[in-house]
Parts: sequence; structure tokens; C-alpha cells
Amino acid sequence: MRIERRETRPAWLVIGAPVSAVLVALMAAGLLVGLSGAPVFEAFGRMAVGAFGSKLAITETLTRAVPLILTGLAAAVAFRAQVWNIGAEGQLYAGALAVAALGAANPFGAPAYLLIPMLLVAGAVAGMILLIVPVALRLRFGVDEVVTTLLMNFIVLLFVSLAIEGFLRDPLAFGWPQSVPVPPEARLEKLVTQSRLHTGLIVAVGAALVVFAINRFTVFGLQSRAAGLQADAARFAGAPISLTLLKVACLSGGLAGLAGAVEVLGVKGHVSTALSPGFGYTGIVVAMLAALSPIGVIFAGLFVAAMFVGADGMSRAMGVPSFIADVTVSLALLTMLIALFLTQFRIRR
Amino acid sequence: MSDLWDILMTVGLWSSVLRIATPLIFGTLGALLCERAGVLNLGIEGIMTFGAMAGWLTVFNGGDLWTGMAMAALSGAIFGLLHAGMTVTLGLSQHVTGLGITLFGSSLSYYLFRLAVPVQGTPPTIEPFAPYPIPWLSDLPFLGPTLFSQTPPTYLAIGLALTLAYLLARTPLGLAVRMTGENPHAAEAQGLDPIRIRIAAVVVGSALMGMGGAYLTLAAFNSFFPTMVQGRGWVCIALVVFSAWRPSRALLGAILFALFDAYQLRLQTIFGKAVPYQLFLMLPYVLSIVALVAMSRRVRVPQALMKPYRRGER
Repeated sequence: MRIERRETRPAWLVIGAPVSAVLVALMAAGLLVGLSGAPVFEAFGRMAVGAFGSKLAITETLTRAVPLILTGLAAAVAFRAQVWNIGAEGQLYAGALAVAALGAANPFGAPAYLLIPMLLVAGAVAGMILLIVPVALRLRFGVDEVVTTLLMNFIVLLFVSLAIEGFLRDPLAFGWPQSVPVPPEARLEKLVTQSRLHTGLIVAVGAALVVFAINRFTVFGLQSRAAGLQADAARFAGAPISLTLLKVACLSGGLAGLAGAVEVLGVKGHVSTALSPGFGYTGIVVAMLAALSPIGVIFAGLFVAAMFVGADGMSRAMGVPSFIADVTVSLALLTMLIALFLTQFRIRR
Repeated sequence: MSDLWDILMTVGLWSSVLRIATPLIFGTLGALLCERAGVLNLGIEGIMTFGAMAGWLTVFNGGDLWTGMAMAALSGAIFGLLHAGMTVTLGLSQHVTGLGITLFGSSLSYYLFRLAVPVQGTPPTIEPFAPYPIPWLSDLPFLGPTLFSQTPPTYLAIGLALTLAYLLARTPLGLAVRMTGENPHAAEAQGLDPIRIRIAAVVVGSALMGMGGAYLTLAAFNSFFPTMVQGRGWVCIALVVFSAWRPSRALLGAILFALFDAYQLRLQTIFGKAVPYQLFLMLPYVLSIVALVAMSRRVRVPQALMKPYRRGER
């Protein structure tokens, strides 16, 4: 068996490979649903209804997509420059915690149109700081950022737990450990009344467009791609690699922090350790499904959100454990990796 | 202050040190073997979770404890084969593949566990490994009740560390693995097959990771619950760096880490009122990062680590 690099990439392959990757993952998920004894096609039907079947279902799917698009962008931006930021979960919580602490205090008594942007920036900055540390450790000491960002996720989550049981504790929460709620004027407005869908969706899609523009039209976008493809060549060509990677860390960490800020201001209104069911980790899947393209992240985020919301509905109706969504999505990541490989290489006997 | 010193010398502390260290020893040896052959296996966290689930479920359904360990090793090997197929045969990104396997392995084990054991008030339990005092040796003062009164998997873990140390450093097989991790082109020139060696190393290493997970459900605790691995896999990856890719130092590193972990648990009971318990729980993770930074300058990384090998390509 020999592996050869393809000279040209036919269009049918570039489009067909990701689609078949998702189909293969869905088929494997079908086998697992069958294992539970539930009728497979009815189960998938219920999932579709659960994700898109009513106005409420659609708004729920869109609401769920907001943090996934933002953490997906965070992973896409970092991975493109070969900065392995696996710490989006921790950065998300750092952003959420910053927003909760500042929002509750509202130090300047600012009105909503100032307070909300201020809080969003604060959340992003908190995420940035959290990622700059491991990237700086890599640049200075050669410490692999994968392990440090992963370990920091656990540290941050424990710190959140410490905060909401200590200095940020909400005394009116009937003993539930959660932070003091942010004031009503800091909450994001609803996009659709009587739903949870909030203006954070605009923030997420806007962020995707901004990242697209940065990648396409700025020197930094080119340099970050060069740093990922061939760091030595980029350095030889005079690109400031360290500085570029630190900027990438700011962008990626900032996006993950923003996800936490938007989730607090848009959905929950407070921080608890249940704020994110692994949005940071799922963001990696979203980014890979989108082949690291910022516009693709919007669609991949919607797909993954639909899987999760649909699986919840299906699980309630048919008793199939809702973990099936996690299984399908993570399997799609693996099949997508192989699909992307097949668009770049061919296998010869 | 003398209190703190007294705790350090108690039998209870040291006996729990080896209990905490055992899954880390298995996991670190597994990750170390993969990395020595040139493959970073970030699937470890998911493989340990799956091993914990597979081992527990085997015993819960009437298998004996060693069958449970064997099933965990087998499932680990299967995930290892998946990882090796993607990263070694196809040469895909070791980072992303490993993370994908972690996400897949853990979500699949939660799913299968929920199918097998529907939600109940209290999670069902099994009868775990009992301590097996080694005759005569367990009568020794201090060492007897600590080192020689552990459960059988702990002895296995220590034995494996010493065996792997010998195999890697002193046998042709070990030399072949190390050569593949340092310079696969040179290995190929010697008539070795780097691709096969890497696949074998990842499969065996992943089997060890699975056994480390199974220790959690079959000896340390007696039930399975989601997120029970709690980053132990990532700690193992850090311990590999700390050990400078040497099995004997990995054994010491895991014990040192466990000592710290056991000690902070004791400190919690003393200072729990004054200091939030979360600060103590953070310490092991903080310590791992500090160890990584401290060791990063001194250790020599296997030169071909994370570099995919394709025949005829440079």
C-alpha cells in the first residue's frame, strides 16, 4: 500500500468527502441506537423533529449553536496556526466568571448600551489571559500547550466552584451553588419572544465573519497560516512567529471567553458549574467538521447543536440515552479527519 | 508543623499513595511506550474511561475480576488500533486524532453504560479486588502494611514498570522501539519496519491505559460513573515528560504525584475550615504544570515524536 499526495482535488471529492464522513458517523450511530432496541428510523425522525419540528425547537437549536460557533471559531483560529488550544472550556468559564463578577458589581453604574459591550470585552479578555499563559510557556520553555491547556480546564472549573460557593455566592439561590445574577439591564435581548434565543446569535455569526475577514484580508491572517504550515519557512521569510502565535492566542482565547460571556448574559444570567456541558471540547469537533473554515463553523455549529437538541428530545420520547449525540459528533470528528485525508492523498496498491 | 510531618510518616498515607499511584503507573507506562515509538496518544483519557467501563461491566455481568482487567486491556488495544491506523498508517494529526478518540471513547462508554445499567437511585456496585498481603514480606515493619499489602493489580503495575524498563533499555526489541521513535529512516535502513513497530507500540500502550482505567472501577472504587477518570489521563501525559521517557522514573513520578495527592487529602481534613477545599483539589493539576515547566529544559524528547513516517518521503 502506498500513499500519494494528490496533485489536483476534484470538486466532487472536496464536497463529497465531508458529506460522506457525516453520513458514516450517522450510520454508526444508527447501529448504536439499534443496540438499545429502539426502532432506528423512528429515532432519527424524532431527532429531526426535536431539533427542527417546531418554532420552539428551532430557537432552541439556534440558542445551542451560539456557544458552539464561538468555541468552534476559537479552535479553528488556533488550530490553523498549529496552536493546540484544548482549553476553550476553561477559557469559556473564565469569561463567564469575569462577566458575572463585573456585571453584578456594575462598577460605573453604566447604562445597558455601554454595560453589555463592556462585559463582553471583559469576558473575552479573561479568556485571552488564560490562553496567553500556556502559549507563552510553549514559546519560552517549549512546554506542549496541549497538556497545559487541558490541565488548566480543571483548575478553572475548580476556581469557578470556589467562587460560586464563596465570594460570588448567590444567597437567594436556595443553597444551589451559583453566582449572584447579573442585573437585568446587562441581559442580552431576546430575538424571538417566548424563547431563549438571544442576540448572542448575531455576535456569534458576526465573529465568524470577522475571523473570515482577518484570515482573508490581513497580513496577520497570512502569517498565522504560515506559522501553522511551515514555521521554519515562515521565520526564514521574516515573519515574527512568536508575536503571531501570541496574537493567535489572544484571538482564540478571546473567542472562547466571549462564548462564556454570551452564555451568561444571553441564557443563564449567572454562572454555575453546569453552565457548559463541554462546549469547549465540542468546539474542537465543530472546527474540524468545518475543516477550520470560519464560515463553515457556522454550519458545523448548527449541525452539532441540532444533534444535541434533537437527541435530547429523542431521548425523552424513546428512552435512548442522550449520550448518543456525543457519540455521533465525536465519531463524525474521526470520520471527517479521514475524509479530509482522502481529499489530499490517494491510496495506491 | 510537627503534625504535618507526622502525617507523612503514617502507614495509612503511604498505603493510599500506592492506591492512587496504580492507575497513573499503568497510564503513564502506556503513554510512554507510545511516545518512545514516536506517537503521542492523547486518546488516553477516553481509553481509560472506556477501560473503566468495560472492566466494570464485565464483572457486573458475572465475569471474574481478572477477566474484567483483560476486557479493559482488549478494549484499550482496539482503540489503540484505531489510533495507530489513523496516525501511523495514514499519518494524520496525532493531536486531533487523539482528542477525537478521547471524546469518542468517553461518550461511547457513557452511552453503553446507560444502555446496560438504566438510571437507578444508587449506582450498582461490584465486589472489588481485595488487598493481597504477600506472605512474609507483609510482616516487615512499615513496608509490610504499605508496599506489600496492596491489591494484585498494584503489584502488576510495579512489575510492568520494571519489565518495561528492562525491555526498553536492554533488549533488541526495546532498541527497535526507541530507534523508531528517534529516527524511523535509520530503523528502516536496519531492516526494521517502523510502521509495524509503531502500530504494535500504540496497541500495547493503549491496552495498558485501558487497564489503568479498569483499576479505578475494579479496585479503587466499586462502581462506574461518568467523568470518574477526571483528567488522570492528562496527568499521565504530563508524567511522561516528567519521567524523561524512562519507565523507572515514570514509576517514581507517579508515586511522587500520588504522595502529593494523598497528602493534600489529609491537609484538607486539617485546614478544611479555613481554606476552601477547591484550592487543595487544584494542587495536583498545578503541580503537573509546574513539573512540565521545570523538566522541559532538561529532558530530551524522542526526536521523531509526532512526526508521521511515510515510506520514501523525507
